[in-house]
Amino acid sequence: MTINIARRGFIKSSVWGATGLIVAFSIPLGTRFMQVAAAAEADKPLPAPNAFLRISKDNTITVILAHSEMGQGVWTTLPMLLADELDADWKTIQVEHAPAAPTYIHTAYGIQITGGSTSTWSEFDRYRQAGALARALLLQAAANTWQVPVSALRTENGHVLHGKQSLSYGQLAEAAAGLPTPKQVTLKTPAQWKFIGKATRRLDSAEKINGTAQFGQDIQFAGLKTAMVARAPVFGASLKSVDDRAALKVKGVIKVVKVPTGVAVIAEHYWAAKQGREALILDWNIADADKIESATLVQQYQQLAATRGVVAANAGDTTTGLTQAKHTISAEYVLPYLSHAPMEPLNCAVKITDAGCEIWTGTQMQTTDQAAAAKICGIAPEKVTIHTQFLGGGFGRRANPRADFVSEAVQVALAANLPVKTVWSREDDIHGGFYRPMFVHRAEIGIDSNGHPLAWQHTLVGQSIMKGTPFEAFMIKEGVDATSVEGVADSPYVKATAHHHVSLHSVESKVPVLWWRSVGHSHSAFVMESLIDEMAHASKQDPLALRRRLLKDHPRHLATLNLAAEKAQWGKPLPAGVFRGIAVHESFGSYVTQIAEVSVNQGEVKVHRMITAIDCGLVVNPEGVRSQMESCVSFGLGAALKSEISFKQGRVEQSNFHNYQVLRLNEMPIVEVHLVPSTAKLGGVGEPGLPPVAPAVTNAIFAATGKRIRSLPIGEQLA
Amino acid sequence: MQLSINGKMTELDIPEDMPLLWAIRDIAGLNGTKFGCGMAQCGACTVHLDGQAVRACMTPASVAVGKKITTIEAMQDDRVGQAIQAAWQSIDVVQCGYCQSGQIMSATALLKQNPNPNDAEIDAAMSGNICRCGTYQRIRSAIHSAAKSLA
Repeated sequence: MTINIARRGFIKSSVWGATGLIVAFSIPLGTRFMQVAAAAEADKPLPAPNAFLRISKDNTITVILAHSEMGQGVWTTLPMLLADELDADWKTIQVEHAPAAPTYIHTAYGIQITGGSTSTWSEFDRYRQAGALARALLLQAAANTWQVPVSALRTENGHVLHGKQSLSYGQLAEAAAGLPTPKQVTLKTPAQWKFIGKATRRLDSAEKINGTAQFGQDIQFAGLKTAMVARAPVFGASLKSVDDRAALKVKGVIKVVKVPTGVAVIAEHYWAAKQGREALILDWNIADADKIESATLVQQYQQLAATRGVVAANAGDTTTGLTQAKHTISAEYVLPYLSHAPMEPLNCAVKITDAGCEIWTGTQMQTTDQAAAAKICGIAPEKVTIHTQFLGGGFGRRANPRADFVSEAVQVALAANLPVKTVWSREDDIHGGFYRPMFVHRAEIGIDSNGHPLAWQHTLVGQSIMKGTPFEAFMIKEGVDATSVEGVADSPYVKATAHHHVSLHSVESKVPVLWWRSVGHSHSAFVMESLIDEMAHASKQDPLALRRRLLKDHPRHLATLNLAAEKAQWGKPLPAGVFRGIAVHESFGSYVTQIAEVSVNQGEVKVHRMITAIDCGLVVNPEGVRSQMESCVSFGLGAALKSEISFKQGRVEQSNFHNYQVLRLNEMPIVEVHLVPSTAKLGGVGEPGLPPVAPAVTNAIFAATGKRIRSLPIGEQLA
Repeated sequence: MQLSINGKMTELDIPEDMPLLWAIRDIAGLNGTKFGCGMAQCGACTVHLDGQAVRACMTPASVAVGKKITTIEAMQDDRVGQAIQAAWQSIDVVQCGYCQSGQIMSATALLKQNPNPNDAEIDAAMSGNICRCGTYQRIRSAIHSAAKSLA
């Protein structure tokens, strides 16, 4: 017997509105967005505890996760929040992903989504409240059993205690389930926390080291077939004709069907599907498709960057400011398209019956996937069940407002009239689009003799990731996609400059783009922190000292700068040939300084050590924060050193890990993570470590070689 | 085709050229071994063939006939595998976890051949296994820790 009620019962049609899509949607950014969330909290009803946990007679407490576990650790962090208020026995905690249902919509975003480094802070109240409510019910159940007042009872380690009497939560679960839910609960004070703030090992470790953890790729059931889709070789191309005779002769191939994205080969297993797909003779209409060339594209972007675009931030008069300057920095920065390349290639299993559509996949965005599947099947969203599996990495790729891999899998299952798991090869993934957009930045900065900016003129060129998605209405204001200019238009350096002008050219392209770990900050921090370094060198200032002065009114930036500098012993000599670079950046409500120790030998860059200092506000799981900082260093360093998606004749030149290169173990530096003690409102940790990685490294390269890296990846530029 | 997987002889009806990875996953139904790249670039599919770490995605199943195939599912019954898994857990290595079967198979093969590897030897043995979550630093220290526990 459990406290839970039938989980499918949560799915209500009311949230879906007339369009069948999203209602109550808002996605304000950064700190603004947290203020909105905080304001909304006051009127929010308490969560139904039984939607977030189940207590079984055997004392197992199952925590139901509104967010997807993709490596970032919510499988552990959210249960910590709940367990603290529940006074749970940690050993009895189990975890499962929630179904796609309105109960589990993001407390700030209004849809069910895992992204924006928001999971822990956005659930900080809801999971604690759920735990506190369950505890209150268990206390009342015990009080009724013993005929004593609740005030005579206490809870500890999964038990309600009265003197020497004790009842386990499992023993009380059935009685508690029948009680009315209290209207309010009092949450613990920080001094009473047992779990929050304590370094806690992951709850998903055991199954992930013995091979039993189930990812979308691992879904198997009787009758499930494997499909691979042959997609257009160039973005925007359409299918002219297909000859599938040879494919159908491949042993194990069952069917070949056309779907909007291409031609699907359905087979008994992956190998047959792959061979069948290779045997297809496909004729594509690529005449009107984009014949993109990366080199030409860079030139076009550079031309645009020479003129102002749509204004994103403006004050004073930069022309006047520039004439007053002692030195002028004039620089252009180029960043490539990037693929997320999560270790688990995309996949999605679909079974369509008269009862509805069932989906098994690793997704970061259940609401839009559910809506897309419903639309394709012509059924109500509540008839679409999503079984979220462990995600073998997400980094943003599995949160697609266009629901690309889920929609396609539903189309395949529908066309084939079979339960089908669509599997992408690594080549499909690298060629599949939804990249971090390419960006060019051009900046003219006039500084005084102390290196302080008097005028800051900054133009960005790149594709909008929000255009054409349901987010457009909220995220594109007066022609500016906030995620394109974040980290520049709202930069403390720019804001403090009397004369500044930030503008954006949003380029149209058939190349699909998407958020990539740290979104706009992934390019803007590289540019901004490189520019600050350029300013420091132009005015012969120490890069740390200049940042300290420019950020003197920003105590949280300063705290991370100071902590990292102290731990790195900034200013003290390093071994011969090793040089330091520093960068600081705020994103997703957190502040991070990275100090890189780098040597360059015959053009080879070696990053020896990264010293990371983060202020993410109150820390729930310090071990989780450290892991995410290590992860950000690795992900950011791979992109800085090696990763690039480029185009020739409209075709993506990379295809697999031999030419879309990512960081490997032998290139991983020692990462030392230091947390700024803080009681400030929680920030994110999945992404904020990444933005300052690349500029810390390239600033160290400048210190080592005098060469300013203004385009990524670093690649062979030092050879 | 008869294959010995984790000490059990298994009869599989598969084409000669099917990579061992798909024989293990799609035919034998053992899902712990992962597909990551299909061209021996990422190591997610690493299994042992007569004790040697191999990339199953590029190894034809027919090559494994007459040899002992060992997958992640057998590591909890292996002395070195157990030590590696215990170290992985105590150092909290995993994040998304998708690459970890392959990492553990590579690490176990390493320790069986070299019970006390230094950092350079770990780099050499483990750089064929990609982890996009960046658990590399913890993998290094978990291998040292497992080596110590086995000594």
